[in-house]
Amino acid sequence: MAIDTRVTTAEPSTAPRAQPRLGGPRAPRRALSPRAARTRDVVLPIVVFVALVGVGYLVALYYDQVRGLPFLVPYPHLVVHAMLLDADFRPDLLEALGNTTLIAVIGLGIAIVIGVAWAVLMVQARWIESALFPYAVVLQCIPILALVPLIGSLFGYEMPSRIIVTVMFALFPMVSNTLFGLQSVDRGQRELFQLQGASRLTLLTKLRFPAALPSLFIGLRNSAGLSVIGAIVADQFFQRGDGGLGVLISVMNQRLNGAEMFAAIVVASVLGVVVFVAFGWLARLATGKWFTAN
Amino acid sequence: MTTTTTPRPTTPETGVATLLDFRDVALRFPNGTVALEGVDLTVDRGEFVTVVGPSGCGKSTLLRIASGLEAATTGTAEVDTDRIGYVFQDATLLPWRSVGRNVELLAELNGVPKGDRRRKAAESIDLVGLSGFEDSLPGQLSGGMKMRASLARSLTLEPELFLFDEPFGALDEITRERLNDELLRLFVEKSFAGLFITHSVSEAVYLSTRVVVMSGRPGHVVGEFAVPFPMPRDPDVRFTPEFAELVGEVSHALREGHR
Repeated sequence: MAIDTRVTTAEPSTAPRAQPRLGGPRAPRRALSPRAARTRDVVLPIVVFVALVGVGYLVALYYDQVRGLPFLVPYPHLVVHAMLLDADFRPDLLEALGNTTLIAVIGLGIAIVIGVAWAVLMVQARWIESALFPYAVVLQCIPILALVPLIGSLFGYEMPSRIIVTVMFALFPMVSNTLFGLQSVDRGQRELFQLQGASRLTLLTKLRFPAALPSLFIGLRNSAGLSVIGAIVADQFFQRGDGGLGVLISVMNQRLNGAEMFAAIVVASVLGVVVFVAFGWLARLATGKWFTAN
Repeated sequence: MTTTTTPRPTTPETGVATLLDFRDVALRFPNGTVALEGVDLTVDRGEFVTVVGPSGCGKSTLLRIASGLEAATTGTAEVDTDRIGYVFQDATLLPWRSVGRNVELLAELNGVPKGDRRRKAAESIDLVGLSGFEDSLPGQLSGGMKMRASLARSLTLEPELFLFDEPFGALDEITRERLNDELLRLFVEKSFAGLFITHSVSEAVYLSTRVVVMSGRPGHVVGEFAVPFPMPRDPDVRFTPEFAELVGEVSHALREGHR
Protein backbone atom coordinates (compact mmCIF):
# COMPACT_ATOMS: atom_id res chain seq x y z
CA MET A 1 0.00 0.00 0.00
CA ALA A 2 1.77 3.06 -1.24
CA ILE A 3 -1.00 5.44 -0.41
CA ASP A 4 -1.76 6.78 3.00
CA THR A 5 -5.27 5.78 3.97
CA ARG A 6 -5.09 6.62 7.62
CA VAL A 7 -7.08 9.80 7.32
CA THR A 8 -9.91 7.93 5.68
CA THR A 9 -9.93 5.11 8.14
CA ALA A 10 -10.08 7.61 10.96
CA GLU A 11 -13.48 8.78 9.80
CA PRO A 12 -16.19 7.82 12.29
CA SER A 13 -17.86 4.66 11.15
CA THR A 14 -21.03 5.15 13.15
CA ALA A 15 -22.75 8.26 14.37
CA PRO A 16 -22.57 8.54 18.15
CA ARG A 17 -25.90 8.26 19.91
CA ALA A 18 -25.71 10.87 22.56
CA GLN A 19 -29.39 11.53 23.09
CA PRO A 20 -31.73 9.43 25.17
CA ARG A 21 -33.63 7.00 23.00
CA LEU A 22 -37.06 8.54 23.33
CA GLY A 23 -36.46 12.17 24.05
CA GLY A 24 -39.52 13.43 22.21
CA PRO A 25 -39.44 16.04 19.48
CA ARG A 26 -38.85 19.00 21.79
CA ALA A 27 -35.63 19.45 23.68
CA PRO A 28 -36.30 18.39 27.27
CA ARG A 29 -35.95 21.22 29.77
CA ARG A 30 -33.51 19.20 31.77
CA ALA A 31 -31.84 16.18 30.29
CA LEU A 32 -33.06 12.90 31.76
CA SER A 33 -30.61 10.07 32.09
CA PRO A 34 -31.47 7.22 29.71
CA ARG A 35 -32.56 5.17 32.67
CA ALA A 36 -34.89 7.85 34.01
CA ALA A 37 -36.29 8.28 30.48
CA ARG A 38 -36.99 4.55 30.32
CA THR A 39 -38.68 4.61 33.70
CA ARG A 40 -40.84 7.51 32.55
CA ASP A 41 -41.79 5.62 29.36
CA VAL A 42 -43.00 2.70 31.46
CA VAL A 43 -44.63 4.62 34.30
CA LEU A 44 -46.69 7.15 32.33
CA PRO A 45 -48.67 4.60 30.28
CA ILE A 46 -49.45 2.75 33.53
CA VAL A 47 -50.80 5.98 35.07
CA VAL A 48 -53.03 6.43 32.01
CA PHE A 49 -54.16 2.80 32.29
CA VAL A 50 -55.14 3.24 35.94
CA ALA A 51 -57.04 6.41 35.04
CA LEU A 52 -58.91 4.57 32.27
CA VAL A 53 -59.85 1.75 34.64
CA GLY A 54 -61.16 4.42 37.01
CA VAL A 55 -63.31 5.90 34.27
CA GLY A 56 -64.50 2.34 33.50
CA TYR A 57 -65.68 1.97 37.10
CA LEU A 58 -67.52 5.30 36.95
CA VAL A 59 -69.31 4.36 33.73
CA ALA A 60 -70.14 0.89 35.09
CA LEU A 61 -71.45 2.50 38.27
CA TYR A 62 -73.69 4.74 36.20
CA TYR A 63 -75.16 1.84 34.20
CA ASP A 64 -75.58 -0.26 37.33
CA GLN A 65 -77.08 2.32 39.71
CA VAL A 66 -78.72 4.95 37.50
CA ARG A 67 -79.79 3.04 34.38
CA GLY A 68 -80.31 -0.32 36.04
CA LEU A 69 -78.61 -2.16 33.14
CA PRO A 70 -75.44 -3.60 34.75
CA PHE A 71 -74.81 -6.11 31.91
CA LEU A 72 -74.31 -3.34 29.33
CA VAL A 73 -71.11 -2.02 30.93
CA PRO A 74 -69.81 -4.45 33.56
CA TYR A 75 -67.42 -3.50 36.35
CA PRO A 76 -63.78 -3.99 35.27
CA HIS A 77 -63.05 -6.55 38.01
CA LEU A 78 -65.91 -8.70 36.71
CA VAL A 79 -64.34 -8.61 33.24
CA VAL A 80 -60.98 -9.63 34.68
CA HIS A 81 -62.67 -12.41 36.56
CA ALA A 82 -64.43 -13.69 33.43
CA MET A 83 -61.23 -13.51 31.48
CA LEU A 84 -58.82 -15.15 33.92
CA LEU A 85 -60.60 -16.78 36.85
CA ASP A 86 -63.92 -18.14 35.62
CA ALA A 87 -63.41 -21.89 35.26
CA ASP A 88 -66.79 -22.36 33.53
CA PHE A 89 -66.12 -19.73 30.89
CA ARG A 90 -62.43 -20.44 30.33
CA PRO A 91 -62.81 -23.46 27.96
CA ASP A 92 -65.14 -21.43 25.72
CA LEU A 93 -62.79 -18.47 25.68
CA LEU A 94 -59.69 -20.56 24.96
CA GLU A 95 -61.42 -22.53 22.24
CA ALA A 96 -62.62 -19.33 20.58
CA LEU A 97 -59.15 -17.80 20.86
CA GLY A 98 -57.63 -20.93 19.33
CA ASN A 99 -60.11 -20.97 16.45
CA THR A 100 -59.62 -17.27 15.70
CA THR A 101 -55.82 -17.62 15.82
CA LEU A 102 -55.99 -20.63 13.50
CA ILE A 103 -58.17 -18.82 10.96
CA ALA A 104 -55.98 -15.71 11.15
CA VAL A 105 -52.77 -17.71 10.69
CA ILE A 106 -54.11 -19.75 7.75
CA GLY A 107 -55.58 -16.63 6.15
CA LEU A 108 -52.37 -14.68 6.65
CA GLY A 109 -50.30 -17.54 5.22
CA ILE A 110 -52.45 -17.67 2.10
CA ALA A 111 -52.34 -13.86 1.80
CA ILE A 112 -48.53 -13.90 2.04
CA VAL A 113 -48.17 -16.54 -0.68
CA ILE A 114 -50.67 -14.91 -3.04
CA GLY A 115 -49.47 -11.39 -2.27
CA VAL A 116 -45.76 -12.06 -2.82
CA ALA A 117 -46.42 -14.12 -5.95
CA TRP A 118 -48.69 -11.40 -7.32
CA ALA A 119 -46.07 -8.69 -6.67
CA VAL A 120 -43.22 -10.78 -8.11
CA LEU A 121 -45.28 -11.38 -11.23
CA MET A 122 -46.05 -7.67 -11.61
CA VAL A 123 -42.43 -6.61 -11.28
CA GLN A 124 -41.42 -8.83 -14.23
CA ALA A 125 -42.80 -6.46 -16.85
CA ARG A 126 -44.46 -3.09 -17.01
CA TRP A 127 -47.42 -4.48 -18.97
CA ILE A 128 -48.09 -7.19 -16.39
CA GLU A 129 -48.18 -4.53 -13.70
CA SER A 130 -50.58 -2.41 -15.77
CA ALA A 131 -52.78 -5.45 -16.28
CA LEU A 132 -52.87 -6.72 -12.70
CA PHE A 133 -52.42 -3.83 -10.28
CA PRO A 134 -55.92 -2.36 -10.75
CA TYR A 135 -57.36 -5.62 -9.43
CA ALA A 136 -55.38 -5.31 -6.21
CA VAL A 137 -57.05 -1.95 -5.73
CA VAL A 138 -60.46 -3.34 -6.68
CA LEU A 139 -60.00 -6.09 -4.11
CA GLN A 140 -59.36 -3.41 -1.51
CA CYS A 141 -62.50 -1.51 -2.51
CA ILE A 142 -65.04 -4.35 -2.55
CA PRO A 143 -67.36 -4.06 0.46
CA ILE A 144 -66.84 -7.54 1.82
CA LEU A 145 -70.27 -7.49 3.43
CA ALA A 146 -71.71 -7.36 -0.10
CA LEU A 147 -70.01 -10.67 -0.90
CA VAL A 148 -71.23 -12.51 2.20
CA PRO A 149 -74.29 -14.15 0.59
CA LEU A 150 -72.20 -15.17 -2.43
CA ILE A 151 -69.32 -16.59 -0.40
CA GLY A 152 -71.81 -18.30 1.90
CA SER A 153 -73.71 -20.03 -0.88
CA LEU A 154 -70.50 -21.03 -2.68
CA PHE A 155 -68.38 -22.17 0.25
CA GLY A 156 -70.79 -22.67 3.13
CA TYR A 157 -70.98 -20.87 6.47
CA GLU A 158 -68.04 -22.51 8.20
CA MET A 159 -64.26 -22.36 8.19
CA PRO A 160 -63.53 -22.11 4.43
CA SER A 161 -65.64 -18.97 4.12
CA ARG A 162 -64.01 -17.43 7.20
CA ILE A 163 -60.59 -18.06 5.69
CA ILE A 164 -61.64 -16.48 2.40
CA VAL A 165 -62.82 -13.33 4.15
CA THR A 166 -59.61 -13.20 6.21
CA VAL A 167 -57.51 -13.47 3.04
CA MET A 168 -59.51 -10.67 1.43
CA PHE A 169 -58.82 -8.47 4.43
CA ALA A 170 -55.11 -9.26 4.60
CA LEU A 171 -54.11 -9.45 0.94
CA PHE A 172 -53.81 -5.85 -0.21
CA PRO A 173 -51.01 -4.63 2.11
CA MET A 174 -48.97 -7.70 1.14
CA VAL A 175 -49.36 -7.01 -2.58
CA SER A 176 -48.76 -3.27 -2.48
CA ASN A 177 -45.88 -3.24 0.01
CA THR A 178 -44.07 -6.14 -1.62
CA LEU A 179 -44.44 -4.51 -5.03
CA PHE A 180 -43.18 -1.20 -3.68
CA GLY A 181 -40.18 -2.97 -2.12
CA LEU A 182 -39.33 -4.93 -5.26
CA GLN A 183 -39.42 -1.68 -7.24
CA SER A 184 -37.23 0.19 -4.74
CA VAL A 185 -34.11 -1.13 -6.48
CA ASP A 186 -32.43 1.74 -8.36
CA ARG A 187 -31.35 1.70 -11.96
CA GLY A 188 -27.63 1.57 -11.21
CA GLN A 189 -28.00 -1.51 -9.03
CA ARG A 190 -30.08 -3.21 -11.70
CA GLU A 191 -27.58 -2.40 -14.43
CA LEU A 192 -24.75 -3.69 -12.27
CA PHE A 193 -26.45 -7.09 -12.45
CA GLN A 194 -27.31 -6.68 -16.10
CA LEU A 195 -23.66 -6.01 -16.99
CA GLN A 196 -22.71 -9.39 -15.53
CA GLY A 197 -25.43 -11.06 -17.57
CA ALA A 198 -27.47 -11.99 -14.48
CA SER A 199 -30.71 -13.90 -15.10
CA ARG A 200 -34.14 -12.72 -13.95
CA LEU A 201 -34.05 -15.27 -11.18
CA THR A 202 -30.66 -14.06 -9.94
CA LEU A 203 -31.88 -10.48 -10.12
CA LEU A 204 -34.89 -11.46 -8.05
CA THR A 205 -33.11 -13.51 -5.41
CA LYS A 206 -29.93 -11.47 -4.99
CA LEU A 207 -31.23 -7.95 -5.58
CA ARG A 208 -34.95 -7.35 -5.68
CA PHE A 209 -35.99 -9.65 -2.88
CA PRO A 210 -33.45 -8.52 -0.27
CA ALA A 211 -34.16 -4.90 -1.22
CA ALA A 212 -37.88 -5.54 -0.72
CA LEU A 213 -37.55 -7.04 2.76
CA PRO A 214 -38.09 -3.91 4.90
CA SER A 215 -41.15 -2.95 2.91
CA LEU A 216 -42.36 -6.55 2.79
CA PHE A 217 -42.23 -6.71 6.58
CA ILE A 218 -44.24 -3.50 6.89
CA GLY A 219 -46.83 -5.16 4.70
CA LEU A 220 -46.61 -8.33 6.76
CA ARG A 221 -47.19 -6.44 9.99
CA ASN A 222 -50.24 -4.66 8.59
CA SER A 223 -51.59 -7.84 7.03
CA ALA A 224 -51.12 -9.74 10.29
CA GLY A 225 -53.16 -7.16 12.16
CA LEU A 226 -55.81 -7.23 9.45
CA SER A 227 -55.95 -11.02 9.46
CA VAL A 228 -56.98 -10.97 13.13
CA ILE A 229 -59.63 -8.36 12.34
CA GLY A 230 -60.70 -10.39 9.31
CA ALA A 231 -61.01 -13.60 11.32
CA ILE A 232 -63.22 -11.91 13.93
CA VAL A 233 -65.35 -10.08 11.37
CA ALA A 234 -65.77 -13.32 9.40
CA ASP A 235 -67.13 -14.91 12.58
CA GLN A 236 -69.97 -12.42 12.58
CA PHE A 237 -70.95 -13.43 9.04
CA PHE A 238 -70.34 -17.16 9.14
CA GLN A 239 -71.35 -18.48 12.55
CA ARG A 240 -71.60 -22.23 11.92
CA GLY A 241 -68.98 -24.77 12.93
CA ASP A 242 -66.24 -24.07 15.45
CA GLY A 243 -66.71 -20.40 16.23
CA GLY A 244 -63.98 -17.98 17.15
CA LEU A 245 -63.93 -14.85 19.30
CA GLY A 246 -66.36 -13.06 16.99
CA VAL A 247 -68.98 -15.78 17.51
CA LEU A 248 -68.33 -15.77 21.25
CA ILE A 249 -68.81 -11.99 21.40
CA SER A 250 -72.13 -12.29 19.52
CA VAL A 251 -73.41 -15.12 21.67
CA MET A 252 -72.46 -13.45 24.95
CA ASN A 253 -74.06 -10.24 23.73
CA GLN A 254 -77.31 -12.05 22.97
CA ARG A 255 -77.29 -13.71 26.36
CA LEU A 256 -76.65 -10.35 28.09
CA ASN A 257 -73.46 -11.79 29.64
CA GLY A 258 -71.71 -8.41 29.75
CA ALA A 259 -68.57 -9.46 31.63
CA GLU A 260 -67.97 -12.47 29.35
CA MET A 261 -68.55 -10.38 26.24
CA PHE A 262 -66.07 -7.73 27.39
CA ALA A 263 -63.58 -10.46 28.30
CA ALA A 264 -63.78 -11.80 24.73
CA ILE A 265 -63.35 -8.28 23.33
CA VAL A 266 -60.27 -7.69 25.47
CA VAL A 267 -58.77 -11.03 24.45
CA ALA A 268 -59.39 -10.20 20.77
CA SER A 269 -57.68 -6.84 21.23
CA VAL A 270 -54.72 -8.40 23.00
CA LEU A 271 -54.39 -10.92 20.17
CA GLY A 272 -54.29 -8.06 17.65
CA VAL A 273 -51.64 -6.18 19.64
CA VAL A 274 -49.52 -9.30 20.18
CA VAL A 275 -49.55 -10.11 16.46
CA PHE A 276 -48.65 -6.51 15.54
CA VAL A 277 -45.78 -6.33 18.02
CA ALA A 278 -44.49 -9.80 17.12
CA PHE A 279 -44.24 -9.00 13.43
CA GLY A 280 -42.65 -5.63 14.14
CA TRP A 281 -40.02 -7.43 16.18
CA LEU A 282 -39.53 -10.01 13.44
CA ALA A 283 -39.04 -7.21 10.89
CA ARG A 284 -36.34 -5.55 12.98
CA LEU A 285 -34.66 -8.89 13.43
CA ALA A 286 -34.57 -9.54 9.69
CA THR A 287 -33.64 -6.12 8.33
CA GLY A 288 -33.05 -3.70 11.18
CA LYS A 289 -29.29 -3.79 11.04
CA TRP A 290 -28.89 -2.48 7.51
CA PHE A 291 -32.19 -0.69 7.16
CA THR A 292 -31.65 1.63 10.11
CA ALA A 293 -28.00 2.12 9.17
CA ASN A 294 -29.11 4.00 6.07
CA MET B 1 -19.09 -8.19 -23.42
CA THR B 2 -18.32 -7.22 -26.98
CA THR B 3 -20.45 -4.82 -28.95
CA THR B 4 -18.45 -5.45 -32.06
CA THR B 5 -20.39 -5.20 -35.28
CA THR B 6 -17.48 -5.91 -37.61
CA PRO B 7 -14.20 -7.56 -36.68
CA ARG B 8 -11.52 -4.93 -36.62
CA PRO B 9 -7.84 -5.60 -37.21
CA THR B 10 -5.57 -5.02 -34.24
CA THR B 11 -2.13 -3.72 -34.96
CA PRO B 12 0.32 -5.70 -32.88
CA GLU B 13 3.18 -4.73 -35.22
CA THR B 14 2.96 -1.10 -34.12
CA GLY B 15 2.47 -2.12 -30.50
CA VAL B 16 -0.78 -0.16 -30.26
CA ALA B 17 -4.03 -1.99 -29.70
CA THR B 18 -7.22 -0.06 -29.73
CA LEU B 19 -9.59 -1.28 -27.02
CA LEU B 20 -12.50 0.97 -27.84
CA ASP B 21 -13.28 2.37 -31.25
CA PHE B 22 -16.36 4.50 -31.92
CA ARG B 23 -16.93 5.64 -35.49
CA ASP B 24 -19.65 8.09 -36.39
CA VAL B 25 -21.73 6.88 -33.48
CA ALA B 26 -25.19 8.36 -33.05
CA LEU B 27 -27.86 7.51 -30.55
CA ARG B 28 -31.45 8.55 -30.84
CA PHE B 29 -33.85 7.64 -28.06
CA PRO B 30 -37.33 6.35 -28.95
CA ASN B 31 -38.83 9.66 -27.83
CA GLY B 32 -36.83 11.44 -30.56
CA THR B 33 -34.13 12.94 -28.34
CA VAL B 34 -30.76 12.78 -30.06
CA ALA B 35 -28.17 12.08 -27.37
CA LEU B 36 -25.11 11.65 -29.57
CA GLU B 37 -24.33 12.49 -33.15
CA GLY B 38 -21.27 11.66 -35.26
CA VAL B 39 -19.00 10.73 -32.36
CA ASP B 40 -15.55 9.42 -33.18
CA LEU B 41 -13.64 8.22 -30.16
CA THR B 42 -10.85 5.73 -29.51
CA VAL B 43 -9.20 4.44 -26.39
CA ASP B 44 -5.95 2.55 -26.79
CA ARG B 45 -4.26 0.28 -24.30
CA GLY B 46 -2.27 2.34 -21.86
CA GLU B 47 -4.44 5.38 -22.36
CA PHE B 48 -6.55 7.19 -19.81
CA VAL B 49 -9.07 9.22 -21.77
CA THR B 50 -11.30 11.72 -20.03
CA VAL B 51 -14.43 13.15 -21.60
CA VAL B 52 -15.57 16.57 -20.42
CA GLY B 53 -18.74 18.26 -21.53
CA PRO B 54 -21.75 20.16 -20.25
CA SER B 55 -24.49 18.34 -18.37
CA GLY B 56 -26.82 16.39 -20.59
CA CYS B 57 -24.42 16.20 -23.55
CA GLY B 58 -24.54 12.42 -23.66
CA LYS B 59 -21.18 11.78 -21.98
CA SER B 60 -22.62 9.01 -19.85
CA THR B 61 -24.36 7.58 -22.89
CA LEU B 62 -20.92 6.90 -24.36
CA LEU B 63 -20.18 4.59 -21.46
CA ARG B 64 -23.57 2.96 -21.73
CA ILE B 65 -22.87 2.14 -25.36
CA ALA B 66 -19.32 0.97 -24.59
CA SER B 67 -20.60 -1.41 -21.91
CA GLY B 68 -23.50 -2.69 -24.00
CA LEU B 69 -26.26 -1.19 -21.84
CA GLU B 70 -27.35 0.79 -24.90
CA ALA B 71 -26.82 0.17 -28.59
CA ALA B 72 -25.76 2.86 -31.06
CA THR B 73 -28.52 3.82 -33.50
CA THR B 74 -26.03 4.34 -36.32
CA GLY B 75 -22.27 4.04 -36.69
CA THR B 76 -20.02 1.34 -35.29
CA ALA B 77 -19.07 0.91 -31.67
CA GLU B 78 -16.38 -1.69 -31.15
CA VAL B 79 -14.98 -2.82 -27.84
CA ASP B 80 -12.13 -5.28 -28.03
CA THR B 81 -12.30 -6.86 -24.58
CA ASP B 82 -14.69 -8.79 -22.35
CA ARG B 83 -13.19 -7.44 -19.19
CA ILE B 84 -14.93 -4.13 -18.64
CA GLY B 85 -15.13 -2.40 -15.30
CA TYR B 86 -17.93 0.10 -14.83
CA VAL B 87 -17.99 2.53 -11.93
CA PHE B 88 -21.32 4.32 -11.65
CA GLN B 89 -22.06 7.82 -10.45
CA ASP B 90 -23.43 6.35 -7.22
CA ALA B 91 -21.55 3.66 -5.38
CA THR B 92 -24.56 1.32 -5.99
CA LEU B 93 -23.58 -0.90 -3.07
CA LEU B 94 -26.21 -3.31 -1.78
CA PRO B 95 -27.02 -1.96 1.69
CA TRP B 96 -27.72 -5.38 3.24
CA ARG B 97 -24.32 -6.77 2.26
CA SER B 98 -21.10 -6.05 4.11
CA VAL B 99 -18.29 -4.33 2.22
CA GLY B 100 -16.58 -7.68 1.70
CA ARG B 101 -19.70 -9.33 0.32
CA ASN B 102 -20.40 -6.30 -1.89
CA VAL B 103 -16.93 -6.49 -3.40
CA GLU B 104 -17.44 -10.21 -4.01
CA LEU B 105 -20.71 -9.64 -5.83
CA LEU B 106 -19.53 -9.47 -9.44
CA ALA B 107 -17.40 -12.58 -9.11
CA GLU B 108 -20.36 -14.27 -7.44
CA LEU B 109 -22.63 -13.35 -10.37
CA ASN B 110 -20.01 -14.75 -12.73
CA GLY B 111 -20.02 -18.06 -10.89
CA VAL B 112 -16.54 -17.82 -9.38
CA PRO B 113 -16.16 -20.35 -6.52
CA LYS B 114 -16.37 -18.97 -3.01
CA GLY B 115 -12.71 -19.33 -2.05
CA ASP B 116 -11.45 -17.63 -5.22
CA ARG B 117 -13.82 -14.72 -4.96
CA ARG B 118 -13.02 -14.21 -1.28
CA ARG B 119 -9.36 -13.97 -2.18
CA LYS B 120 -10.00 -11.61 -5.10
CA ALA B 121 -12.21 -9.41 -2.93
CA ALA B 122 -9.59 -9.26 -0.17
CA GLU B 123 -6.94 -8.20 -2.71
CA SER B 124 -9.14 -5.50 -4.19
CA ILE B 125 -10.18 -4.20 -0.78
CA ASP B 126 -6.52 -3.94 0.13
CA LEU B 127 -5.76 -2.10 -3.14
CA VAL B 128 -8.29 0.64 -2.40
CA GLY B 129 -7.25 0.95 1.24
CA LEU B 130 -10.38 -0.44 2.85
CA SER B 131 -8.74 -3.27 4.79
CA GLY B 132 -10.38 -3.64 8.18
CA PHE B 133 -13.77 -2.53 6.87
CA GLU B 134 -14.75 -5.86 5.26
CA ASP B 135 -17.52 -6.45 7.78
CA SER B 136 -18.91 -2.90 7.81
CA LEU B 137 -22.24 -2.23 6.18
CA PRO B 138 -22.36 0.46 3.46
CA GLY B 139 -24.63 2.59 5.63
CA GLN B 140 -21.79 2.95 8.12
CA LEU B 141 -19.33 4.31 5.53
CA SER B 142 -18.62 7.84 4.36
CA GLY B 143 -19.19 8.81 0.71
CA GLY B 144 -15.52 8.44 -0.12
CA MET B 145 -15.28 5.02 1.46
CA LYS B 146 -18.39 3.87 -0.41
CA MET B 147 -16.74 4.92 -3.65
CA ARG B 148 -13.60 3.00 -2.69
CA ALA B 149 -15.72 -0.09 -2.12
CA SER B 150 -17.35 0.45 -5.50
CA LEU B 151 -13.90 0.72 -7.14
CA ALA B 152 -12.76 -2.44 -5.37
CA ARG B 153 -15.83 -4.27 -6.65
CA SER B 154 -14.95 -3.43 -10.27
CA LEU B 155 -11.29 -4.26 -9.70
CA THR B 156 -12.22 -7.89 -8.97
CA LEU B 157 -13.03 -8.21 -12.68
CA GLU B 158 -9.41 -7.31 -13.50
CA PRO B 159 -10.72 -4.99 -16.20
CA GLU B 160 -8.77 -4.17 -19.34
CA LEU B 161 -11.11 -1.26 -20.00
CA PHE B 162 -12.33 0.73 -17.04
CA LEU B 163 -15.35 3.01 -17.49
CA PHE B 164 -15.97 5.77 -14.94
CA ASP B 165 -19.19 7.75 -14.94
CA GLU B 166 -18.45 10.87 -12.86
CA PRO B 167 -17.62 8.66 -9.89
CA PHE B 168 -16.29 11.42 -7.65
CA GLY B 169 -18.77 14.14 -8.57
CA ALA B 170 -20.65 13.96 -5.28
CA LEU B 171 -17.57 14.00 -3.04
CA ASP B 172 -15.96 16.91 -1.28
CA GLU B 173 -12.82 18.44 -2.80
CA ILE B 174 -10.29 16.85 -0.44
CA THR B 175 -11.74 13.34 -0.74
CA ARG B 176 -11.97 13.78 -4.46
CA GLU B 177 -8.32 14.76 -4.82
CA ARG B 178 -7.22 11.84 -2.70
CA LEU B 179 -9.28 9.41 -4.76
CA ASN B 180 -7.88 10.95 -7.96
CA ASP B 181 -4.38 10.13 -6.72
CA GLU B 182 -5.39 6.60 -5.82
CA LEU B 183 -6.98 6.11 -9.21
CA LEU B 184 -3.76 7.23 -10.91
CA ARG B 185 -1.78 4.81 -8.77
CA LEU B 186 -4.13 1.96 -9.75
CA PHE B 187 -3.85 2.99 -13.41
CA VAL B 188 -0.06 2.71 -13.26
CA GLU B 189 -0.11 -0.47 -11.17
CA LYS B 190 -2.87 -2.37 -13.00
CA SER B 191 -2.32 -0.92 -16.49
CA PHE B 192 -5.94 -0.85 -17.57
CA ALA B 193 -7.21 1.59 -20.13
CA GLY B 194 -9.54 4.22 -18.72
CA LEU B 195 -12.49 6.14 -20.08
CA PHE B 196 -13.50 8.70 -17.49
CA ILE B 197 -16.47 11.07 -17.59
CA THR B 198 -16.41 14.29 -15.60
CA HIS B 199 -17.45 17.91 -15.80
CA SER B 200 -14.42 19.11 -13.85
CA VAL B 201 -11.76 20.32 -16.27
CA SER B 202 -8.90 20.22 -13.76
CA GLU B 203 -9.83 16.68 -12.74
CA ALA B 204 -9.87 15.74 -16.42
CA VAL B 205 -6.43 17.18 -17.11
CA TYR B 206 -4.90 15.79 -13.93
CA LEU B 207 -6.13 12.23 -14.44
CA SER B 208 -5.74 11.60 -18.12
CA THR B 209 -3.35 11.08 -20.96
CA ARG B 210 -5.87 12.61 -23.33
CA VAL B 211 -8.86 14.92 -22.81
CA VAL B 212 -11.84 14.83 -25.16
CA VAL B 213 -14.21 17.81 -25.16
CA MET B 214 -17.85 17.35 -26.09
CA SER B 215 -20.46 19.88 -27.09
CA GLY B 216 -23.97 20.26 -25.73
CA ARG B 217 -26.80 18.09 -27.02
CA PRO B 218 -26.69 16.42 -29.43
CA GLY B 219 -23.24 15.54 -28.11
CA HIS B 220 -20.31 15.34 -30.45
CA VAL B 221 -16.56 15.73 -30.06
CA VAL B 222 -15.36 19.30 -30.49
CA GLY B 223 -11.76 19.03 -29.36
CA GLU B 224 -9.02 16.69 -28.17
CA PHE B 225 -5.98 17.54 -26.06
CA ALA B 226 -2.99 15.32 -25.34
CA VAL B 227 -1.82 15.68 -21.74
CA PRO B 228 1.99 15.70 -21.77
CA PHE B 229 2.69 15.19 -18.06
CA PRO B 230 4.37 11.84 -17.31
CA MET B 231 2.95 8.97 -15.29
CA PRO B 232 3.18 8.29 -12.35
CA ARG B 233 1.93 11.82 -11.99
CA ASP B 234 3.29 14.23 -9.42
CA PRO B 235 0.38 15.79 -7.47
CA ASP B 236 2.21 19.11 -7.61
CA VAL B 237 1.89 19.16 -11.39
CA ARG B 238 -1.45 20.83 -10.69
CA PHE B 239 0.33 23.96 -9.55
CA THR B 240 2.55 24.40 -12.62
CA PRO B 241 1.92 27.06 -15.30
CA GLU B 242 1.78 24.34 -17.98
CA PHE B 243 -1.07 22.64 -16.16
CA ALA B 244 -2.94 25.91 -15.76
CA GLU B 245 -2.45 26.68 -19.43
CA LEU B 246 -3.84 23.31 -20.53
CA VAL B 247 -6.82 23.68 -18.18
CA GLY B 248 -7.40 27.08 -19.76
CA GLU B 249 -7.33 25.66 -23.28
CA VAL B 250 -9.72 22.84 -22.44
CA SER B 251 -12.09 25.25 -20.67
CA HIS B 252 -11.97 27.50 -23.68
CA ALA B 253 -12.85 24.63 -26.05
CA LEU B 254 -15.67 23.64 -23.68
CA ARG B 255 -17.12 27.17 -23.77
CA GLU B 256 -16.79 27.35 -27.57
CA GLY B 257 -18.57 24.01 -27.96
CA HIS B 258 -21.32 25.03 -25.61
CA ARG B 259 -22.33 28.07 -27.62
